[in-house]
Amino acid sequence: MNVFEAIGKDVIHRLAYVGGLSRQFWSGLCASRYVQPVVGKRGRWTTAMRQMMAIGVDALPIVGIMSVCAGFILAMQTGAELRKFGALQYVMDTVAIGFTRELGPLLTAFVVAGRSGSAFSAEIGSMEVTSEIDALRTMDIDPIEFVLAPKYVAAIIMVPCLTIMSNAFGILAGAGFMYISTKITLGMYLHYVANSIELRDVFTGLLKSLVFATIIVNVGCMEGFRTRGGPDAVGRSATSAVVKSTFLVILADVFFTAIFYLLRQE
Amino acid sequence: MADPMISVAGLTVAYGGQRVLDGVNLDIEPGEVMVLLGGSGSGKSTMLRHIIGLERPASGTVRVRGVDINRCSVKELKAIRRAMGVAFQESALLNSLSIEENVSLPMRELTTLADPVIEIMTYMKLAAVGLGEAAKRLPQELSGGMKKRAAVARATALDPEILVFDEPSAGLDPIVAAGLDDLILFLKRAFQMTILVVTHELASAFRIADRIAMLEKGSLIAVESKDSFRASTHPRIRQFLDRVPDPIAESTAVQSRFRELAGLTGERG
Repeated sequence: MNVFEAIGKDVIHRLAYVGGLSRQFWSGLCASRYVQPVVGKRGRWTTAMRQMMAIGVDALPIVGIMSVCAGFILAMQTGAELRKFGALQYVMDTVAIGFTRELGPLLTAFVVAGRSGSAFSAEIGSMEVTSEIDALRTMDIDPIEFVLAPKYVAAIIMVPCLTIMSNAFGILAGAGFMYISTKITLGMYLHYVANSIELRDVFTGLLKSLVFATIIVNVGCMEGFRTRGGPDAVGRSATSAVVKSTFLVILADVFFTAIFYLLRQE
Repeated sequence: MADPMISVAGLTVAYGGQRVLDGVNLDIEPGEVMVLLGGSGSGKSTMLRHIIGLERPASGTVRVRGVDINRCSVKELKAIRRAMGVAFQESALLNSLSIEENVSLPMRELTTLADPVIEIMTYMKLAAVGLGEAAKRLPQELSGGMKKRAAVARATALDPEILVFDEPSAGLDPIVAAGLDDLILFLKRAFQMTILVVTHELASAFRIADRIAMLEKGSLIAVESKDSFRASTHPRIRQFLDRVPDPIAESTAVQSRFRELAGLTGERG
C-alpha cells in the first residue's frame, strides 16, 4: 500500500509540475505581445535585446567550437566505417543531414540550457528569495510579463539563429575532414552538401529548436519562481533547471523525430 | 466614523497543520498609523503577506477600501494594488536597475506619463526621502538605511492611499532608524496616508503609532491606543515591554528532550 501511495504521490507531483509549466507557458506566450518593438510596453524590447546578447551572441563562440568538434567527430567516426565500403563520400551526407536535422538543434539546446537556462533560474531564484518578485506583484507588475516574456522572445529569436550557425560550423568541420582525407575542395564539398540536404531538413531542425527554446526558458524560469529559502536554494534550482530542461529537450526530440520519421514514411 | 481602510476579519492561516493565524480581526482607520507588534514567529509577517494580497487565507477575509481582495475581479485587485505601496523588509529593490529606475518603475509600467514627467516625479520622490544625490547608483552600492529610503520612494511612487512597511527599522542603527520613523510621520502628515507598520522595535512603535496591535501566537492580544498599550497589564505585553526573556530551559519540551538525551525517558524506564 505504501509503495502505491508513494508512486501515486510522485505521479501527482510530476503532473502538477507539467501542469504548472503549461500554464506558465501559456501566460508567457500571451505576455510576449507586450515585448514587441514600438507597439509593446516601453522598455520591454530593450530588455529583450539585452537578453538576446546574453543568450545568442555571447554563446556563439562555445556553440561554434562545440559544433566544429562534433562535426569532426561525426565525420571521423562514420568515415572510418564508410571507408571500408569505399563510400567515403557519404560522410558528407551524414554530416550535412545529421547536423541540420539533429545535432545542430540539440547541441545548441544543450549549450543554451547550460548557459542561459541556469542563469534564468538563478536570476529569478535570487529575485524570489530577496522578495523582488513579491515587490513586483504588490506593484501590480506581472512577473511573467516583466521577467519571463523578454527572455522568451529573445530565446525564440536567438536559439534558431544559433542553430543555423551550429549547422554551418558542423558542416564546415565536415569539409575540413573531407579535405584532409580525400582533398575534396570546399567548393565541391558545398555543392555536394547543397544537393544532399533538403530545405525540409533545415526547417524541421529549426522547428525543433523553437520547441527547445520554449522548454529551456519555461523550465529555467519555473525553477526560479519555485525557489524558496536562501542562497543554497538558488543553487539547487539552477541545477535542477539544467537537469530538467536537458531531459525535457531530449524527450521532445524523440517525440518530434518520431513524428517527422512517420511523416516521411508516407 | 468612516469605513475602515483595511479590515481583516476572522483571518485564519495554517501551514502544515499548524495554525499560524487564528481568527484575527483588525480594522485600520483611514489616515492612522497602525503598528502591528509581535515577537519572532508571532505570525505578523504572515498577516502582512495576507493583507498585501500575496497569499490567500484558509478562511477569513481581508477587505481593502471595502473590497474583499481574495474574491474581487482582476480589475478591482489592480486598483487596490495601485492604491497600496509596500516597503519590504529587505527593501526588495530590483538589483539590476539603478535607484532612479527602481523608483520610476511603477510609473513607467502602470501609467502613460511621458518620460520627462516621470523623470521629474522620480526626482521629487527621491528628494522627499533624501536620496536626490544617489539616483544613478545601484542598490548594492547603498547602505541599508538608504536602500530602505529608496524602497519607501518606490512605494510612494504612485501616491498610494495606503502604505505598508515591513520591519522598517530592522538592521538599522538607532539614528538611521529614527530618521525612517520621521519619514513615516512626514508621509502621514503630508499626504494623509493610511500607514501599517509591522515591527518588533518598541521605541519605533511608540514614536510613530496612533494605535498598536499586538500579535501573539497567531492571535491579537491587544488593539489599543499608544498610551493604553504602554500602561497595559496583560502579562505577555508586560513581558514584551519590560524585555523579560522566555524561560527556555524550563519549558516542558526542552526538559523532556534533556531527559531523553540522558536516557531517562518514561518508555525506557
